[in-house]
Amino acid sequence: MSYQTQHLAALFQGFASLMTRERDTLCRMDGMIGDADHGIAMAQGMVAAQVAVAALGDCTLQDQFNAAAKAFLNAVGASSGPLYATAFLWAGKVAGQRAQMPLTETPQIIVAMAEGIAHRGKAQPGQKTMLDAWAPAAAAIGAGPLRADIAAARLAAQSGALATTDMIAAIGRAALLGERSRGHPDPGATSAAMLISVFCDQIERLAQAKDIP
Amino acid sequence: MTQTQKLINNGYDAVDEMLQGVMAAHAAHLLRPSPRAIVARHGPRPGKVALVIGGGSGHEPTFLGFVGRGLADAAAIGNVFASPPPQPIMDAAMAANGGAGVLFMYGNYAGDVMNFDMATEMLEMEGIEARTVLTTDDVASSPDRGRRRGVAGNVFIFKAAGAAADLGLPLDEVERLARHANARTYTMGVALSACSLPQTRRPNFDLPVGEMEIGMGIHGEKGIRRAALRPANEVVDEIMDRLLAEMQAMRGDRVAVLVNSLGSTPLMELYILNARIAERLQSSGLQTHLTLVGPYCTALEMTGASITLMHLDDSLQPLIDHPCDCAMFRQG
Repeated sequence: MSYQTQHLAALFQGFASLMTRERDTLCRMDGMIGDADHGIAMAQGMVAAQVAVAALGDCTLQDQFNAAAKAFLNAVGASSGPLYATAFLWAGKVAGQRAQMPLTETPQIIVAMAEGIAHRGKAQPGQKTMLDAWAPAAAAIGAGPLRADIAAARLAAQSGALATTDMIAAIGRAALLGERSRGHPDPGATSAAMLISVFCDQIERLAQAKDIP
Repeated sequence: MTQTQKLINNGYDAVDEMLQGVMAAHAAHLLRPSPRAIVARHGPRPGKVALVIGGGSGHEPTFLGFVGRGLADAAAIGNVFASPPPQPIMDAAMAANGGAGVLFMYGNYAGDVMNFDMATEMLEMEGIEARTVLTTDDVASSPDRGRRRGVAGNVFIFKAAGAAADLGLPLDEVERLARHANARTYTMGVALSACSLPQTRRPNFDLPVGEMEIGMGIHGEKGIRRAALRPANEVVDEIMDRLLAEMQAMRGDRVAVLVNSLGSTPLMELYILNARIAERLQSSGLQTHLTLVGPYCTALEMTGASITLMHLDDSLQPLIDHPCDCAMFRQG
């Protein structure tokens, strides 16, 4: 069983509809500690990524990730633009110049995205950013089996995002609030956990269909 | 919750429709080389350092209104309250480039830093040197000057750097003067009601009637504290105490003053604030060299105002006095 370009295109469709649906919730969360536009940026970026990926003809997984990176960045700017663009570029390197990859390798996409975000944003875990969902998800991925890794990544992302509630922001716009940032979950970590969840659901469904453990 | 009232069409088209309207009004001053890049028609020229500013929309006349001869050569325009991506920053820099280097100036926000740094890397590949000076004038945002946000003081800081570039000074010197201007500029604001993004038309923070947020940022970021709204003179006193303490001026020193509306606060109230500001400056023995009053750096329709003091010296005063001719700001 392999992960194919049609699956990745469907994933971006899933990202776009989820972020569009959660747009106002994420904006309200951002309004508590930031400038209330996170949901807009994520929805706009993912819709642009989905459109760019759908417009590709015959292509590789890396082509899709690269197109998504460029489209997301140019639609959004902001801080999520460079962060997700870098994440997609790094994911593209793992996925490679091939039209499909073994399903068992797909958790490495989460690892690569987490590394890309850490590289671009220069944040450390614990600073109340999207990395607090991405880094635990990446760290939860071991040597398999696939479905155990995927379940662990999903759970780690969700608890990581929840844990940002008690953190004091140390980087980004909310950092200037200091103690006043405590008590509110980080919108970037929340949207990250949502995206990781969608990806994990998709991998789980594909694995289940083929009876891969 | 009911949505706020705005004269817009589709919220997602707000920035592009605004730019269309800006070009229709100001084609004598401005060119639009790409959808989100604005360049001064008479600013850039060979041998001159290119001053490129930029940031999110929603702060008009910041940033695009300060593009013109004697001030910024170009601006990159982001979505509302969001940094522009690297491409329009590149487009603005390439259109303004006169072969003497590019100076990027923008407010200190994580998103802007990432996008402008990516543009700097792209320019390097084209063989164009770009440097960066971040503005950090919001004294309420952090005790640490280097971590502070850039807010309305941008107007004076960009003005000084733009004049230095217009005088033909080399990149090193324009950069040095820009840093000097930033280091001597202090701003603090107060918000009385929230703004709302065109895409959501929901207030982006809760501020109950009768309260104010001291030190509010220009995107609705929380400030120092909430308090009951007090008379204008008391609000001015709290802000001026803080600004004067930071500035540590000597009697007889000169200042430039900006009394800025965050969007909805009318000129009447700004001038009421300025009456008290002038008293406070006089009683501190400071000379007011220049006072600007009006909406210079807004946060959409936020109600509130900010006060900026630039501590002038012999290097900054001529730069502030230097003529400029922008679509929304003229001097000399």
